[in-house]
Amino acid sequence: MLNMTINEIQDEIIEEFDLFDDWEGKYEYIIDLGKKLPKLADEYKNEDNIIKGCQSIVWLHAYKKDGKLFFEADSEAIIVKGLVSMLVKVMTNHTPEEIATANLYFIDKVGLASHLAQTRSNGLASMVKQMKAYAIAYQAND
Amino acid sequence: MSILDINKIRQDFPILDEKINGKNLVYFDNAATTQKPLVVLDALANYYGHYNANIHRGIHFLAEKATSAFEESRTAIQQFLNAKYKEEIILTYGTTDGINLVAQTYGRKFLKEGDEIIISTLEHHSNIVPWQMLCEEKGCILRVIPIDDNGDLILEEYEKMLSEKTKFVSVVHVSNALGTINPIKIIIEKAHEVGAKVLIDGAQAASHITIDVQTLDADFYVFSAHKIFGPTGMGALYGKKDLLNAMPPYRGGGEMIKEVTFEKTTYNELPYKFEAGTPNIADVVAVKFAIDYINGLGKANIAAYEDELLVYATQQLSEIEGLRIVGQAKEKVSVISFVLDGIHPQDVGVILDQQGIAVRTGHHCTQPLMSRLKIPGTSRASFAVYNTIEEIDKLVAGIHKVKKMVL
Repeated sequence: MLNMTINEIQDEIIEEFDLFDDWEGKYEYIIDLGKKLPKLADEYKNEDNIIKGCQSIVWLHAYKKDGKLFFEADSEAIIVKGLVSMLVKVMTNHTPEEIATANLYFIDKVGLASHLAQTRSNGLASMVKQMKAYAIAYQAND
Repeated sequence: MSILDINKIRQDFPILDEKINGKNLVYFDNAATTQKPLVVLDALANYYGHYNANIHRGIHFLAEKATSAFEESRTAIQQFLNAKYKEEIILTYGTTDGINLVAQTYGRKFLKEGDEIIISTLEHHSNIVPWQMLCEEKGCILRVIPIDDNGDLILEEYEKMLSEKTKFVSVVHVSNALGTINPIKIIIEKAHEVGAKVLIDGAQAASHITIDVQTLDADFYVFSAHKIFGPTGMGALYGKKDLLNAMPPYRGGGEMIKEVTFEKTTYNELPYKFEAGTPNIADVVAVKFAIDYINGLGKANIAAYEDELLVYATQQLSEIEGLRIVGQAKEKVSVISFVLDGIHPQDVGVILDQQGIAVRTGHHCTQPLMSRLKIPGTSRASFAVYNTIEEIDKLVAGIHKVKKMVL
């Protein structure tokens, strides 16, 4: 998985979601992803890492290592945490260039586009925006 | 059992036939906005389709018809609040607009540095921020009536706060987040004893409680049409005539003037002094139909039926393990806020939504109240006259599903 591209990971998620034929299965899977996402260390749960525009608090921590950008995130709400977990899986461990130009089609393909539109309630769109902002900032620093 | 025919009432609200995520809509977000009956929808279409015209100035047929309908709505609101004079009803864009109007006109003219303004812990942000803005500008002091753990105001603390420094009291009639009905008659009396003026935020009360501004002796009372089955973007401010006359105008423009020269402008009389610009004519016209609809059902009948729903829902929800009802005030309207052990309100909202059930989750624009209660937010089910016992059963089943999926 280490060498998979952003699109390969997205395609894999889409394939996983094909297994579910109702909302319950889909949401149970997302909740499960949320539960499995490692807890973000308390030192990163600070004001600076909070994503604005979410009904529940979402923290996003980014760092660069060997030319690649890594993300860790957490949320108080389990469904948001599951969604965040998918975003992290897709976006982490890629170069800033790849992240900045990524086209995240999987959200729509797995039937979660409404979560992107409702930016005020769960902030998924703000999360994507923030990840790309980090990527652009790290590009500029190079 | 209610004397109202709820199934017949449901047929008056076309939106209730909508399917959400393939399920019948269960609409329990009435404290945010109520749905609209056909008579209101027809009134809007009829206005635009048959007598749309600008009001008060034109002398042609349509302008006169539109003006009459507009002013009939003002009369309907006057009667709805039992105001003494028609010109005491100022048409606004809603509750928030009404509060801002009073803060920016009465407040700016009559309040000065060191004066105290009292609000309560139960306030919506719209009854906090306009007063904070005024305090910042004028150097007034904002004081806050505390609540007990049930969500009732602690009146002894309020009485202790009152002094000759108290110049204004602005409190909510019914809490949007908890449903608490505040003893506003006593609050008003006590404020008047020290010479303070009182504004009542009636946004959540207007559809549930019979309001009589004369008996209450309220100085100002505000509400929004969209929470009483009327259109959005329309509301009313009641103010005592002598106070409204003493207040400077709010916005400048057409309609609110008597005579304009480049040297000086004289202002129109009440209520037009406060109604600059072309108003929201269609929505004002339609609100009369919403009020007639409520009067047709009878406010007391509505309240009695909503109370049945509240009692049943309180009973059923209390039996769910790990569920805690937030707000157990002595007197409540049909609003239930709750938290589930170990589950964030947002997750409750998302999973109920998948089942076609619309509730509100979050802080309900009452962040200071939520921090007093030491919770990030709640899930809130708020009922209207078209809701049913069967729908409450669906909510209960829905909450069990939330627990099963998340825990």
